[in-house]
Amino acid sequence: MTDFNKLMKPDRPVGIVGYGAYVPRFRIPAKEISQMWTNGVGGVPIQEKAVNGLDEDVATMSVEAARNALLRGQVDPQDIRAVWVGSESHPYAVKPTSTIVAEAIGAVPNTLAADWEFACKAGTEAMQAGIGFVGSGMARYALTIGMDTAQGRPGDALEYTAAAGGAAILLGPADEAVAIINASYSFVTDTPDFWRRAHAEYPSHGDRFTGEPAYFKHILGAAEALMSEMGTTAADYDWAVFHQPNAKFPERVGKQLGFSMEQIKPGLLSPRIGNTYSGSSMIGLTAILDVAEPGDRILMVSYGSGSGSDAFDLTVTDKLPEVRANAPTTEAYIARRKEINYATYTRYRDKLKMS
Amino acid sequence: MEVSRHWRLQEQRYKLVGETCDNCGVKLFPPRDVCLECAAPAKELYTFTGLGEVYSYTTIYDAPAGFEQQAPYSVALVKLEEGPIVTAQLTDMDEDEMYIGMPVEMVTRKLRTDGDEGMIVYGYKFRPVQFEMAVK
Ligand SMILES: [Zn+2]
Repeated sequence: MTDFNKLMKPDRPVGIVGYGAYVPRFRIPAKEISQMWTNGVGGVPIQEKAVNGLDEDVATMSVEAARNALLRGQVDPQDIRAVWVGSESHPYAVKPTSTIVAEAIGAVPNTLAADWEFACKAGTEAMQAGIGFVGSGMARYALTIGMDTAQGRPGDALEYTAAAGGAAILLGPADEAVAIINASYSFVTDTPDFWRRAHAEYPSHGDRFTGEPAYFKHILGAAEALMSEMGTTAADYDWAVFHQPNAKFPERVGKQLGFSMEQIKPGLLSPRIGNTYSGSSMIGLTAILDVAEPGDRILMVSYGSGSGSDAFDLTVTDKLPEVRANAPTTEAYIARRKEINYATYTRYRDKLKMS
Repeated sequence: MEVSRHWRLQEQRYKLVGETCDNCGVKLFPPRDVCLECAAPAKELYTFTGLGEVYSYTTIYDAPAGFEQQAPYSVALVKLEEGPIVTAQLTDMDEDEMYIGMPVEMVTRKLRTDGDEGMIVYGYKFRPVQFEMAVK
């Protein structure tokens, strides 16, 4: 019955050789948003979310995360053969973000550069492809990024959580890795839970449709298939991280899979930074790598509306403690915090031009 | 906006690439191909660390076209640790945090946008050194 081909494993082993996070410094408390629309009545899905400054976008944020990944990876940027940025808030509609990032980190011109899109799993989709690219021997290193400056329509439920931030993951040969990727798996169906049409400023969503048939079905589908093929259960992992559209969903899906709060806590960042969309599961992984020890096993599962989940099984190596301190920790970025009110937020997010 | 001019300046703007003098070792930014100290040809590229300190500063309230959205903002003369002084915008800070001698680090940010349809220009700005482990 075992159909081993469901798993994605490259010919030669691949791992994460460097990683870096980025969170902008502005925070708007969810209560400040609910004050605006509901006089503060009712619960809020998170404490606060991260907001990018006026001079920041997915390109600039990706550059900083990528520089952090390179500080840890200590590789020559000229040896990178792919710079792939997954996002649903690329600064240009036509013109790659990835060429800007590649130029800024010194990876040009001997590299591929492309922007990836798949709602919130654009970054892990790029990781999957990067594993294949490195694993086939076509590239020694591939830089994959999940980064967003997400927007919700003013007053919409998404406005409380749609946040800015993300992470860069530098993939390379397993013998240089801080964490080896044992295997990965993808689970995809056509599910219309969330979308944004070409010229629309803000996304639309299928309300209650977003929970069970979308988020839970795909994350459970991906995680269960991966664990079944690997012959593992939740108890075999030290840490787990799931896509984080709010604070509750990842906790609940973790519980359903048998994970304890202790296992998911270090990577559960949404209560304090919000839903960073393409960045969400990847920045959670960076927070775990900041605390994990050699030998620790990690499960990461993303979710992207539309819909699909990518699941990764990783094992930390002896190299992690050696490079960890070469760049700021994810928690250091979260601690860097300046609270703003709704008026400032509106200005930063350019919401006055509401149509 | 001249797209070609911005494109030519990209390398120095995105990652502070200047030049170094083979003869006396002086570092130059922006690149000018001739050493300011000894007048020898200086064409070898050098990427600055991005670390420096605020030499002097001013706050702009009445911003020129393309920068209106960002006003008020601060512009500083930053003395790079390798010597050269560059003019740049400061970011990730409040106006009252600023002081002469403040240690700063380079970041790549949006410098300006040319209306709703034109190009976005990226380049260096400086911010207070954010994290203790700050790079070499
Ligand atoms: Zn000289």
